[in-house]
Amino acid sequence: MNFPILSSLILLPTIGALFLFFTKDKEGNNSTAKYVSLFTTSVNFLISIYLWVSFDQSTSNFQFIEDRTWIEGFINYKVGVDGISILFIILTTFITPLCIISVNNSVKKRLRDFLIAILILESFMIGVFCALDLVVFYLFFEAGLIPMFLIIGIWGGPKRVYSAFKFFLYTLLGSVLMLVAIISIYWISGTTDVIKLYELGIDAKYQNLLWLAFFSSFAVKTPMWPVHTWLPDAHVEAPTAGSVLLAAILLKMAGYGFIRFSLGLFPIASEVFTPLIYALSVIAIIVTSLIALMQEDMKKLIAYSSVAHMGFVTLGVFTIQQQGIEGSIIQMISHGLVSAALFLCVGVVYDRMHSRLISSYGGIVTIIPKYSILFMIFTLAALGLPGTSGFVGEFLILMAVFKDNFLVAVLASIGVILGAAYMLWLYKRVIFGKLINSDLKSMMDLDRSEYFILTCLAIPTLYFGFYPDPLINTIEVSVNDLIDMYNKNLLIK
Amino acid sequence: MENIDLILPEIFIALSIMFLLVLGVFKKKSSKIVFNISQLILLITAVITINETFAIDRVTLFKDSVVIDHMSSLMKIITLLGAFLVLTISTNYLKTFKLFKIEYPVLILSSVLGMMVMISSNDLIVFYMGLELQSLALYVLATFNRDQLQSSEAGLKYFVLSALSSGLLLYGCSLIYGFSGSTNFDIISSQLNSNEYVLTFGIVFILVGLAFKISAVPFHMWAPDVYQGSPTSVTLFFTMVPKIAALTVFIRFLYVPFLNLIDQWQMIIVFLSIASMLFGAIAAIGQTNIKRLIAYSSISHIGYTLAGLAAGTNNGIQSSIVYISIYIIMNLALFSCLLMLKRNNKYYEDIKDLSGLSKNHPLLSLSLLVILFSLAGIPPLAGFFAKFYIFKAVIEQSMFFLAVVGLLSTVVAAFYYLRIIKIIYFDEEKEKYDEDHSIWLKFSLTFSTILILLYFIFPSQLIDVVSRINII
Repeated sequence: MNFPILSSLILLPTIGALFLFFTKDKEGNNSTAKYVSLFTTSVNFLISIYLWVSFDQSTSNFQFIEDRTWIEGFINYKVGVDGISILFIILTTFITPLCIISVNNSVKKRLRDFLIAILILESFMIGVFCALDLVVFYLFFEAGLIPMFLIIGIWGGPKRVYSAFKFFLYTLLGSVLMLVAIISIYWISGTTDVIKLYELGIDAKYQNLLWLAFFSSFAVKTPMWPVHTWLPDAHVEAPTAGSVLLAAILLKMAGYGFIRFSLGLFPIASEVFTPLIYALSVIAIIVTSLIALMQEDMKKLIAYSSVAHMGFVTLGVFTIQQQGIEGSIIQMISHGLVSAALFLCVGVVYDRMHSRLISSYGGIVTIIPKYSILFMIFTLAALGLPGTSGFVGEFLILMAVFKDNFLVAVLASIGVILGAAYMLWLYKRVIFGKLINSDLKSMMDLDRSEYFILTCLAIPTLYFGFYPDPLINTIEVSVNDLIDMYNKNLLIK
Repeated sequence: MENIDLILPEIFIALSIMFLLVLGVFKKKSSKIVFNISQLILLITAVITINETFAIDRVTLFKDSVVIDHMSSLMKIITLLGAFLVLTISTNYLKTFKLFKIEYPVLILSSVLGMMVMISSNDLIVFYMGLELQSLALYVLATFNRDQLQSSEAGLKYFVLSALSSGLLLYGCSLIYGFSGSTNFDIISSQLNSNEYVLTFGIVFILVGLAFKISAVPFHMWAPDVYQGSPTSVTLFFTMVPKIAALTVFIRFLYVPFLNLIDQWQMIIVFLSIASMLFGAIAAIGQTNIKRLIAYSSISHIGYTLAGLAAGTNNGIQSSIVYISIYIIMNLALFSCLLMLKRNNKYYEDIKDLSGLSKNHPLLSLSLLVILFSLAGIPPLAGFFAKFYIFKAVIEQSMFFLAVVGLLSTVVAAFYYLRIIKIIYFDEEKEKYDEDHSIWLKFSLTFSTILILLYFIFPSQLIDVVSRINII
């Protein structure tokens, strides 16, 4: 048996957290804890890069599979990656160390506990993307709620309790139905192993209900309109690092789940419910873009823009075309980078001025030029300017949608325009204009660590904008085979 | 000649009770030694039970009125260990309230004896004898803090309502006897058929009586008051040990004498289960006293256990037993925490007393965090697996409605567990609590928390033990 590389990816952050747990918590500047967690997550990132390098792009089979008996005759602990999941793993391991660097200024109390929560959350997030057994997937999917609940609740803003509860209960409510569906799948097919289920297929008469049960969980997590309301609250109250992880990775679990499970396991039901997804996505794109236009709080604005962007993702996934699904995956990766960066940008000015209101800023371009440039890059990436990764995803999705349904595509394109409107307007009001608030004059530009984090995020955003081939090559075969399998299963029934 | 070895545990414990009583009468200030000896007796009895009966598949004794099988031996061992742990972790509490008397361990031992008789019973009369033995001891235990009004009230309430339910139970038994002509479970099973309508009344009466004993909705009214009023150590005993015996009898009744009438009782159990799950979850939201809250949460947990029984399969029974075992461990951990909330010789039991606990007592709060998330059924903690097996058994019988309602009520239940976590972690801190806990209390908390936390690494062990139980 080969070296269990995926399990070590999952376990390493937990081991780091365990190590931190046994160190003493010093009040104030706890640099040991920070270095330990930074070291752990960086090693994890290097391992995941090694994983990507040694990943065989020419096949859609799952690789690095580990299969162990877990509950005798019932569940196996099974993990593995294919072209679709590997990118999400790298995104996770890439964002987490950046989050840990960013806690410098934003987390004032109980730093060690915060880092433990982040590390454990990373373990669970990687687990979600590796899991090849439905029960194992559910386990990781749900377990992530615990650290996130604590991150929002302990380190969050003034309304943190309400937001933490809303986040937890909304997500749990969606997920319990998925649990019913998972157990039902075991009852119908006798296994919860995803690879076996791909081959077996699931009886057509059950598919619709099962699809809806999975949908209830993923729709809340994505989040789709009308169950998106937990997201702005959670984002506004969460500390910066929490918002970043939430936007960059936790939301992607649902998009990934749609591709892996809704399409992979229930093709017939997916065909039935595609109009529903289209409708909800289009509503999400337009409605939340309009809501975003009206926001006065920067974090809330970006949160609503996340809902709109995820609307594009769900739209792309359910076109069930090569371009659409590839576009969705790239859009998710790009959104992971860009929304993370935008939340960090808000965090930067919030740490200095303790305000997230757009109206309290304005005219800061001459005071903090470095910040303004980087913020501009991410603003443009968020609205999908050609040359940024945001463009590639949106373009591919829209292309696929145009082939499928002209009306939906036109409506979604309106969302692109609205997206440009609210992002540019945000940028204009915060960075340009007259300097009215004189407190802003004493603002410091980015310090070294902030500069480093934002540059780290800007490089892949631009690189993949000009040259998305590394991403597309990785996912191409897997997506292609997924669609083949989808069509095959559709015909058989 | 009967094989007396198999009921050696019962004989041993009965003789010990008499010995302890004599010792208590003749030796002054003997409470400490009686406590220690009774703990030892419980452990020895557990060892004897393992030795004598654990490997036995199924044997009946005394003209088939007593049955020794895998279920009875496993449940007896859990009962004995549970009672042992209750005794060991509650000594400090009892000393604080000047309740450290010889009667306490003797009463616990007699109720345990009653439970063991119940667990092994294969006959209506033997069952009723065991039930009354344990109930009488429990009434006294509830009022044990007799100087306190609440405790007396709890005992009286428990006595009156429990006597009523025993009456119903007895009436049900007599109806069953009238129809089958025998008090033996096996004979009843072969005699009964579903054509006789009056028989359903008998079943209903018996189920009502049993539902009362395990405090399933709508026969739960006594539980919150009794749990709140009794001394905490007794509440701990109430929430853990009698439930095991009552559940065993429940299983035995449903699946031995009434197995052929499954169509008649299945709906009743489904109703009891759904009502308990939902009511327990909703009623707990408004509580301010931790013991009352635990009472409601135990009601909803009993609902899940009943959901397993409603499935009507061996898998369902096994999942119920797994559930109750895990629940007992979680309960033990929770009460260990509760017994640690002591300051200046006063115990605190309001939820708001937990406020900001995480600042002064990080380890205690971390354990509470694990325990509460586990009670809420969030993976990867033990409580999730308990629910998982239950719903697996339920869905295998395509009872989707029960499964969906059950899982939705976990979301409601999650709310009040989260509320406690919020108070512990998000609210302002208060004064420190004492930290000079007995080593046993610390041990039981650490051990049970680690068990809950790491259950997911070896989930098969418990299943392996339980899967030997095949009643049907």
